[in-house]
Amino acid sequence: MTPTFDRPVLHTRRAFTAGPVALRLRPRLIGTCTAAALVLVALVGLNLSLGTVVLSPATVWANVVGLTYDDHFTVWQVRMPRIVVGVLAGAALAAAGAITQTIMRNPLASPDLLGVTHGASAGVVAVLALGGSYGAVSGPLAQIGAPAVALLGGLAAGALCYGLAWRSGIDGFRLLLVGVGISTALMNVTIWMLTLGEVDDTGRAMVWIAGSLNMRSWTDALPVAVALVLLLPLALVAARTLDALSFGEDVTRALGVRLETARTAALVLAILLAAAGTSAAGPILFVSLAAPQIALRLASTPRPPVLLSALVGAGLVATADLIARTFFGSAQMPVGIVTGCLGALYLIHLLVRGNRKGQA
Amino acid sequence: MSPEPRPPTVRTDRGRGRTAGILALLVAAVALAATASVLVGARTLDPATVWQALTSGAGAEADTIVHEIRVPRTVLGLLAGIALGLGGTLMQGHTRNPLGDPSILGVTFGAALAVVAAIHFLGVTALHAQAWFAFAGAGAAVVFVHAVASVPGRGPTPLTLALAGTAVSWLAYSVTSGLVLLDQSTMESFRFWRVGSLVGRDPSIIGPMAVVVLIGAVLALANARALNALALGEDIARGLGFRVARARLVGMLAVTLLTGITVAACGPIAFVGLVVPHLARSLVGSDHRLLLPCSALMGAALLMVADVAGRFLAPPGELQVGVVLALIGVPFFIHVVRRRRLFAL
Repeated sequence: MTPTFDRPVLHTRRAFTAGPVALRLRPRLIGTCTAAALVLVALVGLNLSLGTVVLSPATVWANVVGLTYDDHFTVWQVRMPRIVVGVLAGAALAAAGAITQTIMRNPLASPDLLGVTHGASAGVVAVLALGGSYGAVSGPLAQIGAPAVALLGGLAAGALCYGLAWRSGIDGFRLLLVGVGISTALMNVTIWMLTLGEVDDTGRAMVWIAGSLNMRSWTDALPVAVALVLLLPLALVAARTLDALSFGEDVTRALGVRLETARTAALVLAILLAAAGTSAAGPILFVSLAAPQIALRLASTPRPPVLLSALVGAGLVATADLIARTFFGSAQMPVGIVTGCLGALYLIHLLVRGNRKGQA
Repeated sequence: MSPEPRPPTVRTDRGRGRTAGILALLVAAVALAATASVLVGARTLDPATVWQALTSGAGAEADTIVHEIRVPRTVLGLLAGIALGLGGTLMQGHTRNPLGDPSILGVTFGAALAVVAAIHFLGVTALHAQAWFAFAGAGAAVVFVHAVASVPGRGPTPLTLALAGTAVSWLAYSVTSGLVLLDQSTMESFRFWRVGSLVGRDPSIIGPMAVVVLIGAVLALANARALNALALGEDIARGLGFRVARARLVGMLAVTLLTGITVAACGPIAFVGLVVPHLARSLVGSDHRLLLPCSALMGAALLMVADVAGRFLAPPGELQVGVVLALIGVPFFIHVVRRRRLFAL
């Protein structure tokens, strides 16, 4: 297996101790997180002010804090729900990606491999693409039902992967292979279903499986917000335990980590986060794979940092949606396609820069 | 992983006999699948008729079926299976990543992007023209990936190769999806291209394809010893006297030729390249001199069996081979993953 996160960290770190609690301080990680959070806030502000009607930053601020109500509708009902859904979904997917990559010790891993995103896609495509011609579900109903179907499909596929990989314990390598199998199967079924439907429905379905923020409202934001608030702190704790996993499974056990418990908890968290993100905005392409790798390179940490990954993921989606809305008009281009391009270009840039310095 | 002891790696006569047996079994499986592929389908032919059609002629209808449908389809399946099996094993060996499949080099989506661009900007709808655009796109993607992944002066490492390939793949995929969504007529043409299939393709590609697959296979087998050394790490391989950068270049060239021509001829067929190396490794272990031929045979057998099965699964029509692989291949693969001892890379 590729020795990805196994870079030895030799220098000692200052630690903050209070009674039995000891926290290592990582100045660079804290600094990068703060910077990423500031950039994210700026991006959200830009998203609120740019569009068919351009609002000045002052106007946006006045409307946000409630000093005026002139552009209340544009800011609070049109742009705000959309960007909030995007940021939350991006953060959830990226955090899930960081956990998955840590557990599987593989930089190519993502929640896609837990079956979640492909399960969600297969469910939604079945409803959207076949709804018209196969008479199962009618059009408008299918639109309302998409998030719920995605959530169910994602969770079912995730549970299936986990169940099939379980054989008196979870083996990282076996889970990876089972996940690949299930994902490939679901993906092929999805592609096949796309050839069955009418071309209009196929178009709608393809927009969904790329990840889109069109027509998102506050009701879409609520589930993923709740999921993030509940799960992200748990994920941060779980990721600390999994730090030891970078030494290999046997050493981790010997270090006294209850590996099965820790890994199961982390996996369930990743599946839930990914399913929540996917159901809100579709499987926004590439965010869950690229954001952790970008975060890892920005902060030079040995494994993908969960919080920074979430911030990078959110920022990636915010930037992408800005581009999708301003360059391609209001409706056509799904945000996922722009995140795919942006994430890939940025990762390529980081790789080339890293190679010049002689590090991977 | 189960704790049973590893078998001794020293090759004994008994081990050699077992290996020969496995190879013979795989060859038999390929022959059987090929025979079935020629004989059965919407109209089942008996062997005598097929023989007549091949040698002298057995009446207009049987001749057409055999010469224009069954034989090209079978040969296509054979070549594509060999190519994908070899390509997958090479890719997993070079990236040392169990998720390595030929598409990781950017080949598949590079090809897809070229096809979509050709349809969208140049209005190319003829299948044989699309095939060569696909081949060119695959080649261009690999050159780009190699350039991104290379540490100056040393060539790519497994990690940078895998990441660069994935990033370039996603870039190509995103641009492809964007073009397709902006233009409905391109979508109409493209959504059928991207379901991998052995039928409905242009049979004139078989001749060139056979040549390309042969060259690719020779390069792949020539790469076997270097891959065994690279499995120990680049430094050790270098210490053993292998030229790492050159070995990588040969491997990449082989993968590009094998996968590029397959995508051009059949569209993207996922799964075979990813799964066959794992199945083969669980049968013969991880010596690439044995693993590569085994993967080639197993890929061919798997692809042809899936193709034959697809002719019966959705009457009156057929199910594309990619879908059959997903429906039948995946449960089989998961069964193997659960039952057998796996060799990590």
